[in-house]
Amino acid sequence: MTRHFDTLVVGSGPAGISAAICAAEDGAEVGLVDDNPSAGGQIWRESLGKHKPLSNVAKWHQRLLAAQVVSLQGWPVFDHPSARTLRAERGGKVIDLQFENLILATGARELFLPFPGWTLPNVMGAGALQAMVKGGLPVTGKRVVIAGSGPLLLAVAAYLKSAGAEVICICEQASFAQLMPFALALLSTPAKIEEGLHYRGSTWKIPFHTSAWPVEANGDQQLRDVTLSIRGKRKTINCDYLACGFHLVPNTEVAALIGCDRQSGAITVNEWQQTSISNVYCAGEPTGIGGLELSLIEGQIAGLVASGQKEKARSLFGQREKWRRFASRLSKAFALRTELRSLPDDTTLLCRCEDVSYGIVRQHRSWRDAKLHTRCGMGPCQGRICGSAAEFLLGWNDGLVRPPVFPALISSLVSSQAHAQSEMQNTQEV
Amino acid sequence: MREEIAIQINGITLTVLAGCTVASAIGISDLACRTSVGGQLRGPLCAMGICFECRAMVNGQPHTRTCQLLCEPDMDIHTT
Repeated sequence: MTRHFDTLVVGSGPAGISAAICAAEDGAEVGLVDDNPSAGGQIWRESLGKHKPLSNVAKWHQRLLAAQVVSLQGWPVFDHPSARTLRAERGGKVIDLQFENLILATGARELFLPFPGWTLPNVMGAGALQAMVKGGLPVTGKRVVIAGSGPLLLAVAAYLKSAGAEVICICEQASFAQLMPFALALLSTPAKIEEGLHYRGSTWKIPFHTSAWPVEANGDQQLRDVTLSIRGKRKTINCDYLACGFHLVPNTEVAALIGCDRQSGAITVNEWQQTSISNVYCAGEPTGIGGLELSLIEGQIAGLVASGQKEKARSLFGQREKWRRFASRLSKAFALRTELRSLPDDTTLLCRCEDVSYGIVRQHRSWRDAKLHTRCGMGPCQGRICGSAAEFLLGWNDGLVRPPVFPALISSLVSSQAHAQSEMQNTQEV
Repeated sequence: MREEIAIQINGITLTVLAGCTVASAIGISDLACRTSVGGQLRGPLCAMGICFECRAMVNGQPHTRTCQLLCEPDMDIHTT
């Protein structure tokens, strides 16, 4: 099965949705392909279609429905068989997506750092626990410790509390001194003050510790308690869930597969959101972690430029600059402290797919060397979890990506022509 | 009111609301998803389809990422 689009957008989070809309509203044929079962990305998970009328989400959702965008949800992109084609798979069916212009809006994932016990069931990401609850997991009366770094921790705490969880505390690794300039700078960003007050208001009674992080999770078959380091003092707390993520890292695998240039873990783009490959654009978190507002603006610029509307795109440059300044303050405020590099001991697993310990991995000279000798990073996640951790812990990153970038069935790898027609018809709506 | 869906997890019937992911259904049953190559029990880590820790057997298909899959009537799920 093959489909041809003027513009193909990969990723249906805020950046991808705004890009697809802007490209399609001018009459181009636009495809929107995404791995998740429904559109919205992580931040709008479960809220597209269920949002309050007149909210920002509602406006974007209505525009998406009105634009003639062909939506393909539940199709992970795994290969790049030729210059203007991406290949995706669903349930053993394969589709070749041909494009004139490509917009990559592949979002970000949480950064997970290994510490003893981090592999126990019920230790998961902060955004992960929120996604599980949005996906139907009840947490009423459950004791939850939230830890790691970044503004997501507060948002998750507010959400879990509203879902009935007992949030015991929030542990932010950044120091109070490091966070203060960011908090003061919020005064120049009124939209964020309101959001911050909302989250702080709804989490007011939850202790918020700075210079705090988990040092060990304990339990037999699943999590029983977590030992925290809070400003140098150890404290053990019984809990049902530890929701721990150390801010975000861009998803750049598809861009790397195509050959887009990267710098410091992010995709390099020019003022038009254009990558080093002229018909490939990139928007949102893959260009550097910036949050919802920046993603929406970058998505619009990429969509407008891809459909030849450069002057309209230019009118958004000022707003983009404002949110880039915000992003830069954000990354300074939540920069990870070096003490976190000593969280894992030699027996702590680094690679969860192949069960390779940190002690074994760190005897090697490079990521490539460690992969070849230990199978670290060679399992199904293909180093998305341990590779990002190794980059922080050991400073390794060879940036090499080979197809398939996502595990695919052997039948999909050998056959590019499968009967996806019926699946396509079922996915024409979002 | 959302529709109720009956699924089977390790042979035991569980009723969930429509829109529930298989990973969350496994969580409701207080089960781990898979056993690692070193023999450890594992559950979801990222819940967004990247880490592959939530794999389970679904309708005979092994290594299915359960966080990216919604429950459907009579779905047959096996964890290890």
